[in-house]
Amino acid sequence: MGLLSKKDAKLISDPLADNNPITIQVLGICSALAITAELKASIVMSVAVLFVLGLGNVVISLMRNIIPSKIRIIVQLIVVATLVIIVDLVLKAFAYELSKTLSVFVGLIITNCIIMGRFEAFALANGPWRSFLDGIGNSLGYAVILIIVGFFRELLGSGSLLGFKVLGDPIEKTGVYAFGYENNGFMLLAPMALITVGIIIWVQRSRNEALIEDN
Amino acid sequence: MEHIELFFKAIFVDNMVFATFLGMCSYLAVSKKVSTAVGLGAAVIFVMAITVPLNWLLDTYILKDGALVWLGEEYASYDLSFLSFIMFIATIATMVQLVEIIVEKFSPSLYNSLGIFLPLIAVNCAILGGSLFMQSREIPNLGLAFNYGISSGIGWFLAILAIAAIREKIRYSNVPAPLRGLGITFIITGLMAIGFMSFGGMLTGGEEEKPAEETAQVETIEKANDLASNELEIKE
Repeated sequence: MGLLSKKDAKLISDPLADNNPITIQVLGICSALAITAELKASIVMSVAVLFVLGLGNVVISLMRNIIPSKIRIIVQLIVVATLVIIVDLVLKAFAYELSKTLSVFVGLIITNCIIMGRFEAFALANGPWRSFLDGIGNSLGYAVILIIVGFFRELLGSGSLLGFKVLGDPIEKTGVYAFGYENNGFMLLAPMALITVGIIIWVQRSRNEALIEDN
Repeated sequence: MEHIELFFKAIFVDNMVFATFLGMCSYLAVSKKVSTAVGLGAAVIFVMAITVPLNWLLDTYILKDGALVWLGEEYASYDLSFLSFIMFIATIATMVQLVEIIVEKFSPSLYNSLGIFLPLIAVNCAILGGSLFMQSREIPNLGLAFNYGISSGIGWFLAILAIAAIREKIRYSNVPAPLRGLGITFIITGLMAIGFMSFGGMLTGGEEEKPAEETAQVETIEKANDLASNELEIKE
């Protein structure tokens, strides 16, 4: 990474693991859970958040010296809302079916706490380039969790990945279904997303003992 | 009856936390103690009861396709619904600020108990989610919108109260170290959500049976008419 200094690279790599927005900072849970029944939806959501957070962080960082601190929340919300409207319109134009599945959750990117949290904690105090990197890093950290959850839920729940039937056809009993394997329809239901994230947190914290909470 | 049904549905069947996962961030962050959880829950009910009807008015008279017709015939073709995100969030942020100022002025004791939570609420997805669901479910009138706001708020309140109570107790249990805190809260919430799914069939069960019976009768008694009506439906 010749382009990035060591400190800058850390801005991107940190949120991927030890300072992950979902499992450590507890930000942006709502959307992470609601739309992860399919891998495709999780990927699109990640890209949308990447766009909004990367660009929003730059905009807020550029305006940080002229925003009066009393009304900063409203200003931040307006910036995010504008970006989200762009995402929503693009999705409706080029991926209408998908925008139906995501329904209100595209709109809810506005109140996704990752975005407000990074604006408050980072963009208001740092320059545009570093804010941009921080935005990219955090949305990648968010994307990692979303994609892991989406991967397992789609694989175990409907036996497919991105719509391809990787485990064979459940009706004609090909692939693993020939041996009596059944899809676990429970994985498609919303509560299993919570439990999957709980297990990811468990794995992550047992690998890195420093993250364990003392209750 | 309509009101009771919506009330029950918004609290239990479509519970904000357990069915749609809205407002999870503050749900997880502020549920360490019952007393603070109650404060935040009350503030959410309060703000939702104000913002959902307000956004219903905005949606019906300004944003919807053809909503501007009251201004004159030439405005009937305007569809401003792409602006709804920005309008809703602006309303919510302003109302939260306004409520904070009013409560501080008239009831300092309530302000002290709610005060710190009010700014948090502006970015609580349950509030915006309530308004967006109100829009996408096409709630027909202002009374129902008010009802929906309050009952979704109560649903959220119940959820955070329950998890806070469980978290206070679980402190004395021997949870595996890596699961402590956040991990076990996630898993408990998942189990609670599975529990809440049992409310799912309560309101839809009866509705699904009726039309099936009716169509069966129509099929046996008036086959010819049925065919004709089918054709009509296809044409439509």
